[in-house]
Amino acid sequence: MNFQKSRVLPGFGLAMGLTLTYLCLIVLFPLAALVLKTSALSWGQFVQEVASPRVMASYRLTFGASFVAALCNSVFGAVLAWVLVRYDFPGRQVVDALIDLPFALPTAVAGITLTAIYAPNGVIGKLFAPLGISIAYTPLGITLALIFIGLPFVVRTLQPVLESLDPEMEKAAVSLGATRWYTVTRVVLPSLLPAWITGFSLAFARAVGEYGSVVFISGNMPMKTEITPLIIITKLEQYDYAGATAVGLVMLVISFCLLLTINWVQEHMGRYRAH
Amino acid sequence: MPETLKMTFKDKPNDPTKTLTEPRWVRWALVSLALLFVGLFLVLPLVEVFSAAFDKGFTYYLSVVRDPVALSAIQLTLISALFSVVLNTIFGLASAWAITKFQFPGKNLLITLIDIPFSVSPVVAGLIYVLLFGLQGIWGPWLAAHNIHVIFAVPGIILATIFVTFPFVSRELIPLMQEQGSDEEEAALVLGAGGWQIFWKVTLPNIQWGLLYGVILCNARAMGEFGAVSVVSGHIRGLTDTLPLHVEILYNEYNFTAAFAVASLLTFLAIVTLVAKSLVGAKYEQEKQVLPTSLESERTV
Repeated sequence: MNFQKSRVLPGFGLAMGLTLTYLCLIVLFPLAALVLKTSALSWGQFVQEVASPRVMASYRLTFGASFVAALCNSVFGAVLAWVLVRYDFPGRQVVDALIDLPFALPTAVAGITLTAIYAPNGVIGKLFAPLGISIAYTPLGITLALIFIGLPFVVRTLQPVLESLDPEMEKAAVSLGATRWYTVTRVVLPSLLPAWITGFSLAFARAVGEYGSVVFISGNMPMKTEITPLIIITKLEQYDYAGATAVGLVMLVISFCLLLTINWVQEHMGRYRAH
Repeated sequence: MPETLKMTFKDKPNDPTKTLTEPRWVRWALVSLALLFVGLFLVLPLVEVFSAAFDKGFTYYLSVVRDPVALSAIQLTLISALFSVVLNTIFGLASAWAITKFQFPGKNLLITLIDIPFSVSPVVAGLIYVLLFGLQGIWGPWLAAHNIHVIFAVPGIILATIFVTFPFVSRELIPLMQEQGSDEEEAALVLGAGGWQIFWKVTLPNIQWGLLYGVILCNARAMGEFGAVSVVSGHIRGLTDTLPLHVEILYNEYNFTAAFAVASLLTFLAIVTLVAKSLVGAKYEQEKQVLPTSLESERTV
């Protein structure tokens, strides 16, 4: 069989055995524990836990802020990717390396630093405080933190695609009489679309689950600035395991759906894999 | 229609490259916008960390960093990062070998499963270990009866760190080894090399930069992980306190300068990571572009 013939190289048993054992021990069994623990709840209890007003308010905040942040990242991320790939300017390489800072900087550090900057006495918060606008401890601050951590996803997804675009396409458009604006909006941007959607979804998915960089700047007021991951932690600290488990399962299912969406977009809309 | 044509001829200068890029003012505006954004969102936080860290002078900074509790946090951070890097590297190599060198049903499912920890919230990552090993958890009573502590202890922290950094190495290696194919390994096999010999002498040299790249990312995330570790740690000062958790404790005690002093250590680590990433990244790009010799000769024809 084709199946057997392809196994020319040795080591399949060892490599596969190791992979599956480790995957089950670290990822699958613990995730199964979450499902198992939730199944101990009755349906009524489950709904009560995951749809209580305080939890619903946290969903609205988490998804709303994540959506706005991912949108902002799509715009600024595209500008950054474009500038980094297409133009040469002093400090380009430093900017390119800096893009990954939100990946490399521990989220707790990002959290306290952004809070210090946007607090009423902070470098930027100070400018807005006299206008009556507070940034830290409001949904606006949460959104800014989520923009920070989501930025690399859009840039790093768009960059390789922009680099590999065939310049002949743009030349062809120009030779057929297209203006630059027309070429960019009708030729370049559509071919970026799959990567753009992927970058948006990756930034959104990351933002939905984010905890460390948000928890300091959010102020954590129930019903107002309390994100869903914090609800889980609060419930755990109050020994409300059933509640934490139920909300945790909702978060898990949502991340699965996002993961499947991202995979689907990559398989069906473009050949490019995000890094 | 004729109108468009006319416009084109009028607009088109002798230099055809001019219509292949944007007008000067657009380029200038876009670069400025990008630099402003990077300055506000990325450079300003970096400056803020270091200026806040040295707020009370260098001697205070040193006293915070040399505090025994801070030192034990550094130690625990290094230990959990070491465990995650070593175990996830072995897993990364094994999974990439299995996935790229063989055909088997369910391969795409396996790749998706490996990616799961990336999309799971760090808080959920911590929660699942509490549900497994915590006192209320599935194995909790048994562990308690045998006096084994996982949650609110070092093993829990290591497990949670391993979970969040799980896919980093394999995610780099799988596409790289897929791209490189198995021709060289098969040639080595025909020439009589054994399995381990092929791995050490043929495969590993071909993937070394990709492997190192994955290890750098894995290490950075392991040392900086906060959410997952926060759930399982219990915040016992000097015992289950990693560097990021220590930052949180100091911050919540309104000891801001000390919090930023410890945060500056982690920021320094992040900068080292970025530099290492760009250096290794350049080599990694070359490694990705190396074509099998057969293709190379075809290309020159």
